[in-house]
Amino acid sequence: MTPSRAAFAAILAKDLRSELRTLQSLPAMALFSVTTFVIFRFGLDRTSLSGSLAAGVLWATLLFAAVLGINRLFVAEREEGGFDAIRLAPIDRSVLFAAKVAALLVYLLALELVAVPIFAIFFLEDAAGLGPLVLVLLLTDLGLAATGTLISSMAVNSRARDLLVPLVLLPLAVPLMIAATGATEPLLSLGGPSYDRFGTWLMVLGLYDLIFGLVGYAVFDFLLED
Amino acid sequence: MELLFAAPALPLDEAGKYVAGAYVVFLVLLVIYLAIMAAKLQRIEKELRDVAAIAEGHKAERREEVSA
Amino acid sequence: MYGKGLKPLSIATVAMLALSLSLVFFYAPLDGDQGFIQKIFYLHVPLAIVALVGFILGGVFAIAHLRTDDRRWDAYSYVSIHISVIFGVAVLITGAIWAKASWGHWWVWDEPTLVSFLIVFLLYATYYPFRYAIEDRDRQARYASVFAVTAGAFVPLNFMAVRMAQSLVHPRTFATAEGGMPGEMMLTFLCSLAAMSLLWTTLVKFELTAKSASGQVKRLRRALDAPVAGGGSRIAPEVS
Repeated sequence: MTPSRAAFAAILAKDLRSELRTLQSLPAMALFSVTTFVIFRFGLDRTSLSGSLAAGVLWATLLFAAVLGINRLFVAEREEGGFDAIRLAPIDRSVLFAAKVAALLVYLLALELVAVPIFAIFFLEDAAGLGPLVLVLLLTDLGLAATGTLISSMAVNSRARDLLVPLVLLPLAVPLMIAATGATEPLLSLGGPSYDRFGTWLMVLGLYDLIFGLVGYAVFDFLLED
Repeated sequence: MELLFAAPALPLDEAGKYVAGAYVVFLVLLVIYLAIMAAKLQRIEKELRDVAAIAEGHKAERREEVSA
Repeated sequence: MYGKGLKPLSIATVAMLALSLSLVFFYAPLDGDQGFIQKIFYLHVPLAIVALVGFILGGVFAIAHLRTDDRRWDAYSYVSIHISVIFGVAVLITGAIWAKASWGHWWVWDEPTLVSFLIVFLLYATYYPFRYAIEDRDRQARYASVFAVTAGAFVPLNFMAVRMAQSLVHPRTFATAEGGMPGEMMLTFLCSLAAMSLLWTTLVKFELTAKSASGQVKRLRRALDAPVAGGGSRIAPEVS
């Protein structure tokens, strides 16, 4: 393994380990998602959802849960002085970015592992659309992880960091939401899943992931310079 | 010259108000910006006055020190 | 010296604005579909294009700032974004007026370009609280540049995504402002575009000159060991 890959693996392992150890926010985020589903049930006065409503409720909930959870990875790091240790290590800072994105991705996928089945149980007539949905989840989470890591790395050094992440991240997440709901809506439609423009939306998601992954990788060095 | 005149969407006098409104908004925003800049300029002028007074004060002090 | 060339630039701006206004109302032919309302486009679209280019320039200046660590680039980036946000307000208001005149509602979700612009505007509006939240000046400048770069990359992606979200049922109603425009309209449009570009540049230069003047006064105060006035903004980068 090259030194940077080893570093990547080490940081990723550390993040995941600290998350598993604390086990703090994952259940909380899952709980938040389920409660939000209940609120939507009453807010929309619907007991079953399909098509665009289903896609909207699912993605709005996942997005807000993600935004709530995103700060945790960095806040904990900073409070434990992890940032200082990493700054002293002779590795490429951008590797840190990749590791953080991977950790956040795993985190989001774990959340969805709980939230999506419950969503299906609550609202969906049939679960046929869930299989291909995994692909949409994966690509969208990757995009959220990239921009989320970028923004929260900056927010962690500021006052009002709890407000800053949602404020800045939400507009940035709009294209992701457009593409995710665009792909999800036909998957969850009443007559069974359809793949209307599925490939196109996946490409948009992929493009977003690529662009912001690259941007993050390129600028992350400047964020830790102190 | 291809004249596109057919049926305008809104009668001219009504449409005119909206068009005028848009241009007025543009003008108002521009003037507001200029007003804010004018306020900034006034502040700079005041500060320069103060600084000039301070510089003259220093000059007077130095003359006193020399003559004393 | 930021003020250098400001006078000829302003004169050119005024001349161009006068020219394009005349063209809009005395020269450009009436549009077949929209009638007189279409005249708003000569204002709304150039403002939008210039604002978007301004945002992207903000990102370009930010890249220069990150690479050279020269604070001046941060100032250019900040002012570019600042003026573009102000232009953005004008874009949204004139867009709403146009929507009201065309469809009877102050806002319509059918226009992908306007909706995309709103999202971009919302993002750049967070630039100010973002800067404000970071206290250390150096870090603030650096992080702001990262923000500007990220946001700059976001602009084209956002436009693409919103456009794709348009249901194929709604035809694109913006066709009047692009392609298939008769020569007179195109000329008028280009003149308006030039006028707005000049206006943007003039205002940016104007703002930079004012900041520079402020900076010089502070420098003077410091040289005279006089107390520096505490009225400085916490987010606007200093220029000297």
